[in-house]
Amino acid sequence: MLEAIAFYLLAGVAVLSAFAVVAARNPVHSVLFLILTFFNAAGLFVLLGAEFLAMLLIVVYVGAVAVLFLFVVMMLDVDFVELKQGFLKYMPLGGLVGAFLLGELILVTSAVRGSGLYTDSPAGLPDGVTNAERIGRVLYTDYLLLFQLAGLVLFVAMIGAIVLTLRRRDGVKRQDIHKQVGRTRKQGVESKDVLPGQGLG
Amino acid sequence: MNPAVDYVPFITLDPGVEWALMKTGQILAIMVMLLLSLAFLLLFDRKVWAAVQLRKGPNVVGPFGLFQSFADFLKFVMKEIVIPAGANKTVFILAPLLTFTLAFATWAVVPIAPGWVVSNLNVGILYLFAISSLGVYGIIMGGWASNSKYPFLGGLRSAAQMVSYEVSIGFVLITVLLLVGSLNLTSIVDNQRDGIWMWHAFRIFNVAEFPANLLIGAVMFAMLVIFFISALAETNRPPFDLPEAESELVAGYQVEYSSTPYLLFMIGEYLNITLMCAMINILFLGGWHLPWGPVDNEWLGFLIFYAKLWAMFFMFAMVKAIVPRYRYDQLMRLGWKIFLPTSLVAVAIAAGYVTYIGRPALTTVAGG
Repeated sequence: MLEAIAFYLLAGVAVLSAFAVVAARNPVHSVLFLILTFFNAAGLFVLLGAEFLAMLLIVVYVGAVAVLFLFVVMMLDVDFVELKQGFLKYMPLGGLVGAFLLGELILVTSAVRGSGLYTDSPAGLPDGVTNAERIGRVLYTDYLLLFQLAGLVLFVAMIGAIVLTLRRRDGVKRQDIHKQVGRTRKQGVESKDVLPGQGLG
Repeated sequence: MNPAVDYVPFITLDPGVEWALMKTGQILAIMVMLLLSLAFLLLFDRKVWAAVQLRKGPNVVGPFGLFQSFADFLKFVMKEIVIPAGANKTVFILAPLLTFTLAFATWAVVPIAPGWVVSNLNVGILYLFAISSLGVYGIIMGGWASNSKYPFLGGLRSAAQMVSYEVSIGFVLITVLLLVGSLNLTSIVDNQRDGIWMWHAFRIFNVAEFPANLLIGAVMFAMLVIFFISALAETNRPPFDLPEAESELVAGYQVEYSSTPYLLFMIGEYLNITLMCAMINILFLGGWHLPWGPVDNEWLGFLIFYAKLWAMFFMFAMVKAIVPRYRYDQLMRLGWKIFLPTSLVAVAIAAGYVTYIGRPALTTVAGG
């Protein structure tokens, strides 16, 4: 009973806020609704008994990715009126993409349901084995190669991002801490003998 | 918290209702305790700050100014809430509420004495990490919704700062988790129950496993230092209070806030500091255990935990009083170029230690 209430509340808010992401006029509001959606999805994970995944969803998506979204969207200077005008123009294309996604989701769900992989109850965990341990065991044994490959892809992407954004310009004053700390009196101070009546010339 | 004593029930309740009532009671008890502690922690903070500068600090309201925080509270609540004309009203009001709520939500999994915890989550530490990583939203939303330059800059600064330091906090957490082998906070405390040589910060005293203790002891003490400094940055405390640097940004994201919304921001901020103190206790300083042995009595344990909390808060207050503010690029350099590589190496060392030396048998605590 309580579980059902929790499920419908979380799922309902998730769907509504997902709709609001698209419907909201203000892009910052959209991102905030997106965060609400993530949060509710995490709640659904907890209901399924997958608390580790739920926490990861919050840490990674809500705590890091969405912050960057918000960061970028806030910096944009968006004209709300102009945004509204494009809505009808992009409606057919957006509708098409949405329809495809919905169709695929239905297909996948029915395929999994028919195959018997799907059970109504959360996966039975033996006592004392936590969620995190279970996932770790599978990830680092059976799927080690795939896991490492995924890590490699992320690594390459990270280096790519750095290379793309890194630019060295001439004439920019930079602070080099090592240089600064390593400077000795000899390098920094020059003593000159000032003769009376002549100055330094 | 489950006395196995036979007692005649006063009234019989449905187990679900009874559970809900009991949890509500526990939550209320923790909230009241936190708010009361906060009133005096705030005063303590100001007193320490004043003492460092050879001032007396607040000393008018009540004996030694003990009731200063309550007077401040009344003042905040009585004032008018001013919402700027161009502000985004909903988000403007939502921001402090979010900060306040999240700050309390984290305390749900913090064990404050043996067995005294509202929700003994299996993934307790991840929950803490997740919820405290949401704290940035209150600030960035407040900064944006104020529709003003200085708050906005403050919000952006804090977003970058908190995201940066979360990374090193995460790695420090991993080193501790590796040594314990559990994500449960009660297990983490009980892993350090034998004495000060098992406290994660002082593993160097664990001479039984010489010479490995030298390596892991040095690494874990360094982790304590990194965690402490990152906690300062994460809670926007001086010397990392750049989001509200008064010399550059007036008061950062708080410029437009007044009255109760400001109060909520402030309570949230100080609650986060208190939480960081509690986390340092739990992760590194043995929680409610004494340096010479375990404590299993709830009340005694609570007192010890509380005393350690105040001691840690004293450290936070002293840092605020004696360290000058960092420059922004120095802050980023410290986070990304020093703390991140150091903690990453520490994770590798801790993993190697666990693989080759092993860890004490884990006292399993059932999740609730």
